[in-house]
Amino acid sequence: MATLFWVMTVGGLAIWAFVVGFSLYASRWKRAPVSEASAGKVILLAGVVFPVTVLTALLSYALWLMPSLRPFGGAEQAGLRIEVVGNQFWWRVVYHAADGSAVVSANEIRMPVGERVEFSLASADMIHSFWIPSLGGKMDLIPGRTNRLSLLATKAGTYRGQCAEFCGVSHASMAFPVVVMEPAAFDAWLDARRAPSPAAETGDPGQALFMREGCGNCHSVAGTPAAGTSGPDLSHVGSRLTIGAGLLRNDTDTLARFVAHATALKPGSQMPAYLGLPVEERAALAAWLKELQ
Amino acid sequence: MSDTPDRDGAKAAEEAQLRAVWANPTGWRYWTSVNNYQIGLWYGATAFAFMLFAGLLGLLVRAQLAVPQNDLISPELYNQAFTLHGTVMMFLFAVPIFEAVAIFLLPPMLGARELPFPRLGAFGFWSFLIGGVFVCGSIFFGAAPNSGWFMYPPLATSEQAGIGADIWLLGLSFIEVASLAAAVELIVGIMKCRAPGMRVNLMPLFAWYLLIVAGMILFAFPPLIAGDLLFEMQRMFDWPFFDPARGGDPLLWQHLFWIFGHPEVYIIFLPAIALLAMIIPTFAGRPIVGYSWIVLAAVGTGFLSFGLWVHHMFATGLPQISLAFFSAASTAVAIPTGVQIFVFIATMLAGRVIFSTPMLFAMGGIAIFVMGGLTGVMVALVPFDWQAHDTYFIVAHLHYVLIGGMLFPVFAGLYYYYPLIDGKHMSDRVGRLAFWLMFTGFNITFFPMHLAGLRGMPRRVHTYPADIGWDWLNLISTMGAIVLGIGMFAVVVDVTLHRRRQPKGETNPWKAGTLEWISEPEENWGVRSIPRIESRYPLWDQPNLAREVRAGQWYLADAGEGRRETLVTSVLDAEPEHVLRVGGTSTVTVVSAATLGTVFVALTFKLWLVSLVAGVAFITAVIWWLWTGTGEIPEKPEKDIGRGVSLPIYASGVKSTGWWAMFITMTGDGTAFASLVFGYFFFWTIHDDFTGGLAGPGILWPMTALALFAAAWAATLGAREANRRGNVASARLLLIAAALLSAAACAAALAGPWTAGMDPTSHVYPAIVWILVIWAAVHGGVGVLMQLYCLARSLAGRLTPTHDMELHNVALYWHFMAVTALVTFGVVGLFPEAL
Repeated sequence: MATLFWVMTVGGLAIWAFVVGFSLYASRWKRAPVSEASAGKVILLAGVVFPVTVLTALLSYALWLMPSLRPFGGAEQAGLRIEVVGNQFWWRVVYHAADGSAVVSANEIRMPVGERVEFSLASADMIHSFWIPSLGGKMDLIPGRTNRLSLLATKAGTYRGQCAEFCGVSHASMAFPVVVMEPAAFDAWLDARRAPSPAAETGDPGQALFMREGCGNCHSVAGTPAAGTSGPDLSHVGSRLTIGAGLLRNDTDTLARFVAHATALKPGSQMPAYLGLPVEERAALAAWLKELQ
Repeated sequence: MSDTPDRDGAKAAEEAQLRAVWANPTGWRYWTSVNNYQIGLWYGATAFAFMLFAGLLGLLVRAQLAVPQNDLISPELYNQAFTLHGTVMMFLFAVPIFEAVAIFLLPPMLGARELPFPRLGAFGFWSFLIGGVFVCGSIFFGAAPNSGWFMYPPLATSEQAGIGADIWLLGLSFIEVASLAAAVELIVGIMKCRAPGMRVNLMPLFAWYLLIVAGMILFAFPPLIAGDLLFEMQRMFDWPFFDPARGGDPLLWQHLFWIFGHPEVYIIFLPAIALLAMIIPTFAGRPIVGYSWIVLAAVGTGFLSFGLWVHHMFATGLPQISLAFFSAASTAVAIPTGVQIFVFIATMLAGRVIFSTPMLFAMGGIAIFVMGGLTGVMVALVPFDWQAHDTYFIVAHLHYVLIGGMLFPVFAGLYYYYPLIDGKHMSDRVGRLAFWLMFTGFNITFFPMHLAGLRGMPRRVHTYPADIGWDWLNLISTMGAIVLGIGMFAVVVDVTLHRRRQPKGETNPWKAGTLEWISEPEENWGVRSIPRIESRYPLWDQPNLAREVRAGQWYLADAGEGRRETLVTSVLDAEPEHVLRVGGTSTVTVVSAATLGTVFVALTFKLWLVSLVAGVAFITAVIWWLWTGTGEIPEKPEKDIGRGVSLPIYASGVKSTGWWAMFITMTGDGTAFASLVFGYFFFWTIHDDFTGGLAGPGILWPMTALALFAAAWAATLGAREANRRGNVASARLLLIAAALLSAAACAAALAGPWTAGMDPTSHVYPAIVWILVIWAAVHGGVGVLMQLYCLARSLAGRLTPTHDMELHNVALYWHFMAVTALVTFGVVGLFPEAL
């Protein structure tokens, strides 16, 4: 893929320089007109023979590359399958391990380095597109269909992913961090997400506020009665890198801000703005959310 | 040059009468003119105004993106601005500007007085103006479309799209009708109104390209109109064509949109290349090298452009084998495109080039376009497209293609052809300054977008984070956009102010070889007399031609009967066939466009009664237009057109321009119908049981409808034959029978899904069946109107056994109707049974 890109870029620039240079030669620099027959030969050689040769080679190479980039068709199964469902303007993420267990999360992707991961992509409302520029090509999330994408991360690190298909007013704020981890660390991380966060059962004042304000109607927090599904799962929200789908860094200040100003920070989102909530209550709520590690 | 004073006097009188016949009305009635010069100028000026408006929207978008986390405009306004920018540039500038140029240039270029249907041209212009103002104006009420110019459902079918989506669908459908009208006008004009002797292989390249492009419009716009119809049915009446919960599929819209949308790019690009094909030989001082090459390449480009649409859908998860096919086709289109560029280079090589301002714009355009073409090859390859799709790389690519391949050539054309408008030049100094501002401004704006895209910046984002390497690239782009804007502004100033101070120049200032330079800007008649052409560059090869034409020494030099006339010639060899009397000044064009516009605007606001009243008014206006303006029986059978040639004034059947117009219109109409049928089978392919377990219309009613339509068709053909044989009474009876049979056929058609209780809101299967059946029934209804029209013409003595063009055209309509009925009822009645 990188080879293809560099071949095309360098080749393209060379061809461009040739065409422009040749045009300038023909229109300004040449001393005397050439004969019509030679000019006709130019059309044949530069306009037909050369492009046919180059394009045939390029196309064959690209078609040969395609199956290795999207290796589907056979029955081969990746160990880990991550189900991603696009919503305006956030991502539901469900990790399906090889043993059939599932872990629900949102707005962040974690994956092991060096292992091929299969994504199954669907949408709950509009057409979205799932794209992690550093890891490979994009694939649309289309209502009524499930698309598949397979990605292989070769280097651990944190990348940025985002929605690439215009999906409404806050399309620009529909991103997500991607954390590529060593396989062992990834397994440990996933295991920790199978159980509720310890903070979910503490009887924290923030938790009481969460329930009082009806947040659980839309959000789920494992280990509490909150089991809504129309908003992102918050079971371990405190451990995510960002909130608001890649919108803000995740700390208690931004959490409090998001609770109070969701509609302004993210126009068109379903989350109401809790402006009426006193500042100290916002802080308590945010503190508890941050505890959900 | 004349022998006697007498003859001089006669010539002067002849010329005065000709001038009077072609004169435009004065006062407010000036706006009822239909002459191709006026319509072309109005059309072009309006399209340019829309372009400037969309350009300002583009600057607004660039201003918002200048710095990260900017809050200059709201996300909602941003989304409306980029949607309208794309929509207006594509629908209200890029296509109409060429209809404008073609309407303005073609008659003198082909050696004709007028295009065959000047009133249709005027109707198209007024429709375009009304629809365009409606669509553009919406943004001042915060009601502009906001779902992108591609309007993907479910976003665009949702509540979030608001009334803007309806404005887009209905406003643009209206404009698409205008484009189809122009396509009909241009195809018939190019095929039938060329000067005698201008065989197809002597046609100016501009005419070749416009013929190809008009043909492409005929096959590309109807799928979009069909898509618009399905879309609006879903928005207005909740018919679930794109709703997966009820068997629909949002991808159907993407297919229909891009079956239109990709040829659209070439519909825009080819006429611009056509301008270059006129400009470059002039400044190279020699005929084009490789005339056949470039014509074949243009045909090939047009043909291939219909096989590329899926390259806009590479990331939708289609099977890889179809991706491979469309990738190959997308790559292949680079070949004919390259041939056209090298034809220009070869022509310059073989000539002595004068590097004028038009040439500067032409060469700048080629340099930009080639870059866009090369990035086009890159994105045609699926692996790269998966990465670049929907990023700023594509924004860069498409602007390189469209601005290099279209805008710069249009400016070249503006500077080149301006002397034809009023005999004055545009300023060379301002032109060169504007070119360099635009050229550098353009590259500063759009080159960094390649990099922003490669760095992961997606399209259509109203803002972006500061720390991920996109900010300085965006700032540079915004700076460049300002320079580009200043360059455009310089041209506007030049057009509106500078030239007023200039003296009137000579005709044919560039010493061009093609026939349009024979025309005199102050005259409305196209050409003083219609010459016989023997070469591709008659002004170079036939030295006395210009003098003879202007002296009225060629064909049809007079308007002795006080009528606007032009010559109709045969399709391939351009041998004179008959004299065509074209429509003159009339208010009916404005009234028809205004009433049809009211129908669409009222539908947008769901004012059903208003749209019904306006619809009836529109049909009445059109019938009045036809009744008073077409099929006139001339006062004498033949006219002496000079040089010992006498031609008939009336033609019917395949020789008449009306027959060709009907044929071409119905080809477009059939394409729209085929797109609906495509929808039916599309749903069949994506579902195991596409009926959703619901009852179909059965066999009985569809087959009854088919039989009745067949009988109505046979009766219509019978009427034509009986009338031709002089049996007028039987012809009238057969017409009555045909009308009754068609009405019964329409009823039977609707009875199928009606009696089966098919609810179109429940599932996509009943919805698509209803659409097909309604399509057939509405066409049947129009067929009834046509049959009754012929009957009325016959009773009024305006249709006789020897003057029967109406019956020929209606019979032709019924051929298409018969095919429509056969396909419709075969598909809805028999296909489900065959499963």
